[in-house]
Amino acid sequence: MSGISLRTKRILKNRAFLALCLFSTSATILILALLLMSIMVQGSHFLFSSEALSAVFGHGELSQVTKIIRWEFLSNFASRFPEKAGIYAAVIGSLWVCVICALLALPLGIGTAIYLEEFAPKNRWTALIDFNIRNLAGVPSIVYGILGLTAFTRMFGLFGSDKNSALSFGPDNAWWHIQLPFGQGLLAGGLTLMLVVLPIVIISSREALRAVPSSLRQASLAIGATPWQTASKITLPAAIPSILTGAILAMSRAMGEAAPLLVLGIPVFIANTPDNLNDNFTVLPFQIFNWAGRPQESFHQLAASAIVVLLVVLVCFNGVAVYLRQKLRKPLA
Amino acid sequence: MSALSAKAASSAVELARKGVARSRHVRDGWEFAIRGMLGCTALISIAITVGIITILLRETIAFIQMPDITLTDFLFGTTWSPLLGAEKHFGIWPLICGTFLVSVVAAMTAIPLGLITAIYLSEYATNRKRAILKPIIEILAGVPTVVYGFFALLVITPALQGACNFLFGTPIFSGYNAGAAGIAVGIMILPIVASLSEDAMQSVPRSLREGAYALGSTKFDVSVKVVTPAALSGIMASCFLAITRAIGETMVVALAAGGLAHMTLNPADQVQTMTAYMVQIFLGDAPAFGVENLSSYAVAMVLFMVTLVLSIIGNILLNRYREVYE
Amino acid sequence: MPDTQPNLAKPATAPTAPTAAATAPTEQITIRVQDFNAWYGAYHALHNITLNIPSQRVTSLIGPSGCGKSTFLRWINRMNDLVPNARADGVMQLDQDDVLDRAFDVVELRRRVGMVFQKPNPFPKSIYENIAFGPRLHKRFHHSDLDALVEQSLRAAAIWDEVKDRLHNSALGLSGGQQQRLCIARAIAVGPEVLLMDEPCSALDPRSTASVEALIRELRQTFTIVVVTHNMQQAARVSDLTAFFFEGKLVEAGPTDGMFTNPKNKQTEDYVTGRFG
Repeated sequence: MSGISLRTKRILKNRAFLALCLFSTSATILILALLLMSIMVQGSHFLFSSEALSAVFGHGELSQVTKIIRWEFLSNFASRFPEKAGIYAAVIGSLWVCVICALLALPLGIGTAIYLEEFAPKNRWTALIDFNIRNLAGVPSIVYGILGLTAFTRMFGLFGSDKNSALSFGPDNAWWHIQLPFGQGLLAGGLTLMLVVLPIVIISSREALRAVPSSLRQASLAIGATPWQTASKITLPAAIPSILTGAILAMSRAMGEAAPLLVLGIPVFIANTPDNLNDNFTVLPFQIFNWAGRPQESFHQLAASAIVVLLVVLVCFNGVAVYLRQKLRKPLA
Repeated sequence: MSALSAKAASSAVELARKGVARSRHVRDGWEFAIRGMLGCTALISIAITVGIITILLRETIAFIQMPDITLTDFLFGTTWSPLLGAEKHFGIWPLICGTFLVSVVAAMTAIPLGLITAIYLSEYATNRKRAILKPIIEILAGVPTVVYGFFALLVITPALQGACNFLFGTPIFSGYNAGAAGIAVGIMILPIVASLSEDAMQSVPRSLREGAYALGSTKFDVSVKVVTPAALSGIMASCFLAITRAIGETMVVALAAGGLAHMTLNPADQVQTMTAYMVQIFLGDAPAFGVENLSSYAVAMVLFMVTLVLSIIGNILLNRYREVYE
Repeated sequence: MPDTQPNLAKPATAPTAPTAAATAPTEQITIRVQDFNAWYGAYHALHNITLNIPSQRVTSLIGPSGCGKSTFLRWINRMNDLVPNARADGVMQLDQDDVLDRAFDVVELRRRVGMVFQKPNPFPKSIYENIAFGPRLHKRFHHSDLDALVEQSLRAAAIWDEVKDRLHNSALGLSGGQQQRLCIARAIAVGPEVLLMDEPCSALDPRSTASVEALIRELRQTFTIVVVTHNMQQAARVSDLTAFFFEGKLVEAGPTDGMFTNPKNKQTEDYVTGRFG
């Protein structure tokens, strides 16, 4: 008798655990859904035109809606008055700084990955660099902000202050006008974000390179290709889809970072878009942080609307990543 | 066909010799230059570490050398009041306490949920379900942290207050509190725990599972008593790396945890974490060389050391399980 | 079997080795190995190997797995450079050039010594690009010359008729046997003197194996071929000379016929008659 009850007990335990598993997994997904819904609800007020909103939630006629999106939110600058506020400067600033970050972080990160996977001898120094990179990935982004503040914004005070720059290159109205130190300009922002995402780019690119079968490397070396010829003509082309996917995920991270830029002291309110590499800028996450931190409810709604825009941009990024992966991925062996 | 093959081989060899040879020196020069360049990019990561340590160390020393500041007060003091009152105190423990509280709440949210999710994905879910569920969970990792801050402040806190109001008649949780921030950070790090633990469980050899099933184990026995212990170092690594992220998390706590540094372990209270203090200093226009400003570097140094140690432990554990099973 | 007796290989450990060398004094030696030792870290993988590999013959290296035959092969084109802690000493010469000399250009060495691997490993590129990759690394070609080179290499590997209409399709669409012949064509296209083959048929089905073996027999008119195989029937079918390795030592080497019908050494006899291995 006791044998049967023991068996029943074990089966029940097994069932109960499966239920717990299902509960916790669905809880995770529910949290995600709740997060997205709450933001969508709060954000709708400034994202959609009043006629569209009233048609959906109230008494308006859906067929009479001529304008769905409230484009002013995207095309206006930030403002003290919620009804007039928009995220134009923040969106443009985010895109700019992300492009600069990508141009800096991708060559450096992929270069490091190629060196470590294809060239580096397996010795203590290589192990040290590897260990260092893994731990850099765990350094809080705000600490990178401090490095960026000292090294890029102030340049260790070597070139005077940012208001009274000692060195500048290029005419004031050229987009490539640069002065030292970088101050709170785009270049300082891009460089600082580069510090944050560099370890991520390196680690994901290395994994991509490692996934290329070593038989391809051997084949290439065996017909007399040098290590660089092998890396550039065989390994890298084979790894590119995964490298790009990792790069886009890293750029999504850069797009969502506010803490390191906050340390640089970028402005919240700005009434123009950047003209050159040294110009001040602000970014979407920082704008959201600012609005969410205010007491008035309409600013919270503004923050939610800006979050929706940010998430849409990130979804687009990831969509491109998935598309590239599907499009470029070929079997390797 | 065969005779043709030999003839073709000799004409192929002849043709192969026809081309204009490339210079060995040019090739070796390129190879050397490129290897050097790539080696330099690899050194940048070392330069970043050296840069962080040098800057933090220099400013921390400058902070300690300020009048009325001592290293013992900083490291062992339990009052942190740099901006309020006539007398300033720089004892870091209240900030560490706040960071600890938020991280504990985060860990308590993320580790149970994440682990059970990982067991489900690795042991119970079909390949199809895993292929759908894993990316969905990883979306949580891609959401910008400021969004979690918004969520903590404007969704979780009101929900906690509402629940307490309903149950006990008072909101209990203040408008800024460690609990809501911790829960939001926990949701943020949940995918790290789930994803890395699932990887670790997946790399447990099938033979171990089959051995256990052959002895008549249920799926529960296999998952909890065989696979989980076998993957333990990978699971622990995932927890360490997740907690590292929680400790360094900035925007969530800056928005939702409040700005009052005091010694408390009550999640309903507002607290200030190390990162939140840094935000407070860098957002306000504290003078660039004042004692408040320097104190933020000292706090950053402590933060850096704590996260570095945790991340080193996590990576050592990660290497260990990779060595065992790969 | 060849009408001229191939040159003899002299194992250091077998003083009673056959003395066929005297019967063919004019035989040319492509690879000369003397007192060759190889290590992986502290592990002594090959002991005092002395072996001459004659030109335009197929030499097969046989022996149980772990006997060092692949290690030996991978030293001839220095693929072992890629293995950390791998080192070697002694003499290994390719037409008078010292292969082991660190200053010897390993790129040029690998151009002269082609290699075919156990598993077919075509690049994830088109068939044409697979073949043209090697020649373009070493030399500049006119388009027409390169096209001709690709064609002749594919013909040499007896695969031209099967692929001539789809030169620009991916090489990964070919069958296993076709892929392996493509890899042989790829090795031929750089104009080597020697072809090393590391168990080239072990991943192929019987029919593909037969076609690759026929190809090996054919190609020895142009190249010096060294084949590592664990399959004794294959060694008997394709090779002119056979060298038997056991536990890192060269036990016996000589004309294939003699090795299989009348081995001088007890260990060789046990191995070829299937008593172990």
